Amino acid sequence: MENIDDYVLQVSNLSVKLQNQTILENVNFRLKKGTVLAVVGPNGAGKTILFKALLNLVPYTGKITWTEKVRIGYVPQNIAVDDIPISVKDFLSFENHVDVESSLSPVRLDNKNVADKTLGVLSGGQLRRVLIAWALADKPNVLLFDEPTTGVDHDSEEPIFVMLNELKKKNRITVLLITHDVHIVREYSDYLLALNRCVTFFGESKEIMNPSVQKIIYGETVCAGTPNEDR
Amino acid sequence: MVLEKMALVGDALSHVALPGLALGILFNFNPFLGAFAFLFASAVIIWYLGRVTKLPFETIVGSVFTLALAIGVLLIPESDLLEALFGDITKVTILETAAAVVISVMAVLLTKMIYKKLVLGMISEELAISKGINVGRINLLYLLLVSIVVAVGIKIVGTLLVGFLVIVPAAASKNVSADLSKYAVLSASFGAISSCSGILLSSYLNLPTGPMVVFSGIVVFLATVLAKIKAK
Repeated sequence: MENIDDYVLQVSNLSVKLQNQTILENVNFRLKKGTVLAVVGPNGAGKTILFKALLNLVPYTGKITWTEKVRIGYVPQNIAVDDIPISVKDFLSFENHVDVESSLSPVRLDNKNVADKTLGVLSGGQLRRVLIAWALADKPNVLLFDEPTTGVDHDSEEPIFVMLNELKKKNRITVLLITHDVHIVREYSDYLLALNRCVTFFGESKEIMNPSVQKIIYGETVCAGTPNEDR
Repeated sequence: MVLEKMALVGDALSHVALPGLALGILFNFNPFLGAFAFLFASAVIIWYLGRVTKLPFETIVGSVFTLALAIGVLLIPESDLLEALFGDITKVTILETAAAVVISVMAVLLTKMIYKKLVLGMISEELAISKGINVGRINLLYLLLVSIVVAVGIKIVGTLLVGFLVIVPAAASKNVSADLSKYAVLSASFGAISSCSGILLSSYLNLPTGPMVVFSGIVVFLATVLAKIKAK
């Protein structure tokens, strides 16, 4: 029998309206502990806003229930680092009481080469790793990972997912990730949530190879019973 | 201010102090208090309008500060205008000096307390909020601190030139800093070096203090530009 404690997150009837525009509508899903959920959908589908709602960063209606004692680590799409003289060491010690060396090794960054560098001079892949190290510093049991849509080539992203997968196995972390890459969904996630303002598909990730599912995800699925004009 | 891409805001804020100074002179209360009240109120208005209208800060500041300057020039007695605009360090009393020192030390301590939170908010508001930081409150506190520091600086270099002290030492420091603590220490040092050498120069050459402070600061700034070019 299913036990309610098996679930780390339950979302019911979640809707988000920002500046009179409906961004998310009636989103329902739940997620088991220790699994990886891939969130997919076209640009503007509300994926990042879903994460923000889960983090309580935007106002929403409906219900978001995290399991007790949840600690969430968040890796945002982008941060503004170009103009700020801030070193990797500075950044990692923000609001975290961590040893810089021990937080860089799980993300496979060499402390000697990276710690004193300014964030603005890191490569896209290195910056992603530093952000992950930051998110992992508080020893979270849930990780929200927002993949950048531009500026990072997919060859440099793959090792990051290999690393996330290892972390998940080792620490039993539940991972929610936003991605545009079918290969990442298939290889590194257990469940798939397709969004296009509403949920267009929720099921096992292997279904992404199913042509009828692909048609739903990448087709012009319109949310049932709602006019499309306010988008 | 330099990090927030609000350098010009810092400059314009200083001009906003003028009507405050004028009211102080007209109604016989400490002009510093008037300046500070106007500075803080304008900083909050600018910050709020920026959030609500999403207009670039420069646009809002441009409007607010020209308005303030216009009111200030109308209000302030002509005999006091020159001093308000350019400052006159020779008229600073011992008591005012002591007050400036106490205020500055308090401002430094407060800034130190919020420094990391403030910078995290600049890098990513979401990350800061997800760590439980009240970004709105931190930003407001920061504006309060800027207003205090500008109000203190006005006494020395006047409203027109105090913007210089807000922007140039920090910009010079940014040229040569790779981390936050170096950035903070160098900004403060460059500010102190420009002020001290400016004051010395002005008494030696018998010229007004404000412009001498600016000239010394520019020399420091150019030196950091050269250092940056050399490092590349």
